[in-house]
Amino acid sequence: MRYIEEFRDPKAAKALLAAIETVVGEIGATADKPVHIMEICGGHTHAIFRYGLDRLTPPGIEFIHGPGCPVCVLPMSRVDECVKLAERPEVIFTTFGDAMRVPGSRKSLMQAKAEGADIRMVYSPLDALELARRNPDREIVFFGLGFETTTPSTALSIQQAAREGLANFSVFCNHITVPPPIKALLDDPHMVLDGFVGPGHVSMVIGTTPYDFIARDYGKPIAVAGFEPLDLLQSVLMVLEQIRDGRAEVENQYSRVVPREGNAVSLAAIEDVYEKRPSFEWRGLGEIDESGLRIRAKYKAFDAEEKFGIGYGAEKRVVEEVEGCACGEVMTGRIKPTGCPQYGKGCTPEMPLGALMVSSEGACAAYWQYGGLRGFDQSDVPVEAAE
Amino acid sequence: MCLGIPGQIVEITDADRLMAMADISGVRREVNVSCIAEGPLQDLVGSYALIHVGFAMARIDEDEAAKTLEALRGLGEAQETLEAMEDGARALEGTS
Ligand code: SF4
Repeated sequence: MRYIEEFRDPKAAKALLAAIETVVGEIGATADKPVHIMEICGGHTHAIFRYGLDRLTPPGIEFIHGPGCPVCVLPMSRVDECVKLAERPEVIFTTFGDAMRVPGSRKSLMQAKAEGADIRMVYSPLDALELARRNPDREIVFFGLGFETTTPSTALSIQQAAREGLANFSVFCNHITVPPPIKALLDDPHMVLDGFVGPGHVSMVIGTTPYDFIARDYGKPIAVAGFEPLDLLQSVLMVLEQIRDGRAEVENQYSRVVPREGNAVSLAAIEDVYEKRPSFEWRGLGEIDESGLRIRAKYKAFDAEEKFGIGYGAEKRVVEEVEGCACGEVMTGRIKPTGCPQYGKGCTPEMPLGALMVSSEGACAAYWQYGGLRGFDQSDVPVEAAE
Repeated sequence: MCLGIPGQIVEITDADRLMAMADISGVRREVNVSCIAEGPLQDLVGSYALIHVGFAMARIDEDEAAKTLEALRGLGEAQETLEAMEDGARALEGTS
């Protein structure tokens, strides 16, 4: 109970933990035969470690950390393409800071910047638009990265650039969507997943209906959750109760922010600007059908892939990961970060080998930040199927 | 980048572009409000919203804003976002 006093409302937290303990007992889940609950969002992964929720909850619950950290799943080949774009003399390459340290096969954006490429960290694509207005003689490329939380902002920025006729602004689009990797994981016969905690801020944009297939086609429960530790505990309890009752529904713990139908303006902008790619590569997971977005032809003047002749799939896509790195296995929940031979040795947040060590939302970085060199007790136990 | 941060809309700065000034944890930053602009823009002044990479994405009440900010501070995400906003300002000057 090391962290419980840090909760906003320790009494409520204790009550939720007691209820969770009861339901886990009713399900009959134990450390040897746990229920596997995947939190999809990297923000939730971070919160689980920060508040020690994995240790406060009974050993009958095993958290599997999902692929919901966009920086972590960014394929190496795309980082290489970013570096190539950034090294063009006419280009000012703009990016969220999170992407700077993701390793490419030659170098990261951080290294490219140190070697003289004009790379600027921005908070918003609006900053990139402003740079384009101020620097008409330069090409401003914005690195469009992220799930449905950031997708609308890039779409709205492209629409704005079109209205202004900003010919020197383009987006290198690497936006990805949440539902397809969940489907891919559910289709993977090696994965054992009993339920999901759904992402809060992604769902604010897309609503909850895109998760219907999880309950309907796969018979698994999901509860969309907020970011407070109490939100997380509450949603874990909702998932557990569904498991106990043999129900599979899409529940919304975060309804105070997430409407069932999502945000109409965002969805319209996404639909106007983007279309699905036939498939897109995820680091550690491989190609996933219809999981990435590209810019529609009507906005091709703002598509860096078109403007600079990059495309997708023009080069050999899958660049080999570094020797001994187990990112893919960690990403699919097959091993814990501490099970990777590089963890804390070749790979630390200061010198990341794999992308899961780069962002605080990556499982390896979260382990490191809150568990340190030794990792956590029991953490070397593989999460292989119980049945 | 994935988590929004609460901010209070304090002024409409450019109605055509749907831009407003927001107070985000004491820092002022211009944001786009097209995703929350339903009625007259002026009605947004004083209200709270979750802001994602410079775009107000959902209106929230004051209590939710306070709770979310506290949760983000606990995760260190609030500080990270404020630093990112500083990076953005520097990028425009060409010094980052
Ligand atoms: S420790 Fe590093 S190399 Fe190993 S799985 Fe994690 S990020 Fe990948």
